[in-house]
Amino acid sequence: MTAILFLAQRLSAAVLALAVSVHLATIIYAARAGMTAADVLARTHGNRAFLIIYLVFVVAVAIHAPIGLRNVLREWTVWRGRSLDLALAAFALLLLALGLRAAVAVFVA
Amino acid sequence: MHPGVAVTGEPLSVEVWRGAATGRFQTFRVARSANQTVLDVVTSIQREQDATLAYRFACRVGMCGSCAMTVNGRPRWTCRTRVAAALGSATALRLEPLRNFTVVRDLAVDMREFFDKWHAAKGHFEPGAQPAEDFAVVPPASPRRQAADAGIECIGCGICHSACDVVAWNPDYLGPAALNRAWTLVNDVRDRGNAARMAAVAAGSGCHLCHTHMNCTQFCPKGLAPTYAIAGLKRAMVARAVGRTR
Repeated sequence: MTAILFLAQRLSAAVLALAVSVHLATIIYAARAGMTAADVLARTHGNRAFLIIYLVFVVAVAIHAPIGLRNVLREWTVWRGRSLDLALAAFALLLLALGLRAAVAVFVA
Repeated sequence: MHPGVAVTGEPLSVEVWRGAATGRFQTFRVARSANQTVLDVVTSIQREQDATLAYRFACRVGMCGSCAMTVNGRPRWTCRTRVAAALGSATALRLEPLRNFTVVRDLAVDMREFFDKWHAAKGHFEPGAQPAEDFAVVPPASPRRQAADAGIECIGCGICHSACDVVAWNPDYLGPAALNRAWTLVNDVRDRGNAARMAAVAAGSGCHLCHTHMNCTQFCPKGLAPTYAIAGLKRAMVARAVGRTR
């Protein structure tokens, strides 16, 4: 299980490197073009490419962040075992739910 | 003092840890001599000033790995560390026992936990149930022999273990020396214990905890790179997890 988490954290990091780059480039472009929220939503509405990129982004975050947080907590606190794993599984689901909701919202807006 | 060894300058001020987990620094004054090592200084104090000072050494030539101490904040093999090099711009020596070990007394630490971790990492040769029928032919240039060679000269001094911040944060972490030893055995084509060894080093306190700070590699007096050995274990761990075994 340790090896799977280790691998999942690194693979998701590789995906995040690309997804974050796209995300930052999009933000910089939108800000420099002086776009309003309505302008942004007009471009993301029905845009499948954006939807797919952000769905991948959200899934990668939901995998990467809880594993990293688990490592930090195990290193810096005495919290171990099943309660820690369940708490972070819940955190992963929360990130996934909130992220998917946001990605779908800008697609259908 | 041997004839012909020049005594130069003012005596050296040496602060030495006295006690165990709690204690204090005691200051000694030691005559300087040419090419004087830190171990020379400690031995001089013990023989000429305070016979109750506890420390450990054996070979005096960088082979046995027993004289490691913290010298001015850095883990060092004291027999091969000259006072001048250890001092740098400082004017006094400060000698402490190795970090991340239980102190027995003064400069002597308990090595049991350290070597227990070698055992936990399956850091011993496992010949298998059936003895080999003939000598194994291991070409010196083969990649696995080269990988084993890179870490085989470890003398078990504990300096990497003392330098490792991850060990300081998590005392259960197997540590760079045990993992380096495990990696040399993973690359030993004669060994039959890799399934158990990889399970041990991939368990909760294993190789994945390494942060790649490279303190072990920075301070290893033998110039080994446990960080790369641990990276090798991480790759082997992942390979096993996806079904490719060595």
